[in-house]
Amino acid sequence: MMLGILAHKPANMNTARRYAVQRLGFGVLILASLLVVAPILFVIGAIIARGVGAINWEFLTAMPRDGMKAGGIFPAIVGTLLLTLGTALVAIPFGVGGAIYLAEYARDTWLTRAIRLAIVNLAGIPSVVYGLFGLGLFVLFLGFGTSIVAGSLTLAIMTLPVIISTSEEALRSVPVEFRTVSASLGGTRWQGIRNIVLPQALPGIITGVILGLLRAGGETAPILFTVAAFFLPRLPQSPLDQTMALPYHLYVISTQVPGMPAEIQYGTALVLLALVLSLNVVATVIRSYFRRKRQW
Amino acid sequence: MSTMLKFQVDHLSFFYGAKRALTDVTLAIPERQITALIGPSGCGKSTFLRCLNRMNDTIHGTRAEGRVLLDDQDIYAPGTDVVDLRRRVGMVFQRPNPFPQSVFENVAFGPRVLGTTSRSELEGIVEASLRGADLWDEVKDGLKKDALSFSLGQQQRLCIARVIAVKPEVILMDEPCSALDPISTLRVEDLMRELARNYTIVIVTHNMQQASRASDTTAMMMLTDDRKSGTVIEVGETKQVFTKPQDKRTEGYVTGRYG
Ligand SMILES: Nc1ncnc2c1ncn2[C@@H]1O[C@H](COP(=O)(O)OP(=O)(O)O)[C@@H](O)[C@H]1O
Ligand SMILES: [Mg+2]
Repeated sequence: MMLGILAHKPANMNTARRYAVQRLGFGVLILASLLVVAPILFVIGAIIARGVGAINWEFLTAMPRDGMKAGGIFPAIVGTLLLTLGTALVAIPFGVGGAIYLAEYARDTWLTRAIRLAIVNLAGIPSVVYGLFGLGLFVLFLGFGTSIVAGSLTLAIMTLPVIISTSEEALRSVPVEFRTVSASLGGTRWQGIRNIVLPQALPGIITGVILGLLRAGGETAPILFTVAAFFLPRLPQSPLDQTMALPYHLYVISTQVPGMPAEIQYGTALVLLALVLSLNVVATVIRSYFRRKRQW
Repeated sequence: MSTMLKFQVDHLSFFYGAKRALTDVTLAIPERQITALIGPSGCGKSTFLRCLNRMNDTIHGTRAEGRVLLDDQDIYAPGTDVVDLRRRVGMVFQRPNPFPQSVFENVAFGPRVLGTTSRSELEGIVEASLRGADLWDEVKDGLKKDALSFSLGQQQRLCIARVIAVKPEVILMDEPCSALDPISTLRVEDLMRELARNYTIVIVTHNMQQASRASDTTAMMMLTDDRKSGTVIEVGETKQVFTKPQDKRTEGYVTGRYG
């Protein structure tokens, strides 16, 4: 009865007003989102529009010629792929291994707290500092010279914090119960992790790994002093060779070479963008595929 | 007494860090019978159950005093192989908790970690275990289906099959029916009776009918007088405990006037 009286006509007007406020609210939010997305779309659009003309078979597969003003960017593409692969080879085992240790084995001691603190802080260090660190440790002290090895190791160290923290997060999101059940069935700690926890955490781990590698593949500063060659119109012959790489190449042709055709600059940017975005799409697909399957 | 004793618990006390959860529990658990643990919430029934396969060890800072003899061997003695102990003393949890994998993978998990690799051998174990858990007919056409797509009652019987698959001697059950509907509950009870021919079963239950229907021995647990830690205050043949309890507190509890 009371409700009936209260819900009489004034309440309806009230409802209409509340809907109006809601619509206004949504409108503002949509506008804000558009404001954020618009510049990104604009940049991508501009790069595609101005770079797509440069893309052809020769551009993707040939060596650069004429002081990089003609020919292709093949060695830079290969270099970036090799560096990303090298980074993955180092960062995945150490990153995932470290995450497993921290999430599954490490007790809460001052040491593990210090490690966690270090990881958080490492993630915030500017990439050029990693570059200098790599120069000091890998290029000079360990004597790898400017090489794919030194560059990959430097990129791997920069990527580790991302991989460790996302993987640890993914492992922790697997309910404790599964570990308990595994132990109650006579499984060792490791068997439970290996057979139950890791498969469940895998999508999160893969996503973290891909995001970390994306960042590594697109970085310029860490490879500047450790591996990147200004102009090297051949493919690297060994892991101790220098190589060209897309981000550094883009930097070079945009700032260091006078009279560089804009189309080549935009074309190079487009190739880098396409590589990064396609990896990103892969990460998204993996994540949503597994998320649909997961149901606890 | 003609029955053999599977467990002999001797002055067991248990601590979570500084907090004492069990005091001086002494209890004999007969082999190939069903022993029910009853008592109000928080009196340490789950804690006691987890002492029997040392699952409490997985909680940091816990400590047990006293002795727990399994076939006359103290399972808290130094040098005990805890992983093997847990194979011998399996556990079914309150909430059905199959792994988010197929039915087959769930049941095969235990045998696999224990070293069985042959596919045909695994298939044999899986079928026998599912039959043993009275589930085979319902899942035989869906062994590859996700375990979580089955009903809760079926999931709980799957968890029982998963335990049977490692050929345990004892099965501990911590309120295994509390998440199930009455019909599924009855099926699990029937299954328990069936299993008790081959296994020693210890079950925690809040359901007095279940304890009186399904168990041979009943142990009543309560907080001790200082109200801080639990202990067994009465143990006996189930019929006896429910019809002629020796302790006033047991009488109050089983007749529903307490707890
Ligand atoms: N992991 C734990 N850490 C600390 N205290 C616990 C833990 N588990 C249970 N307890 C405590 O031990 C006592 C007994 O709990 P429990 O064995 O779960 O009782 P019951 O199963 O009879 O309800 C309770 O006071 C509870 O708070
Ligand atoms: Mg309990």
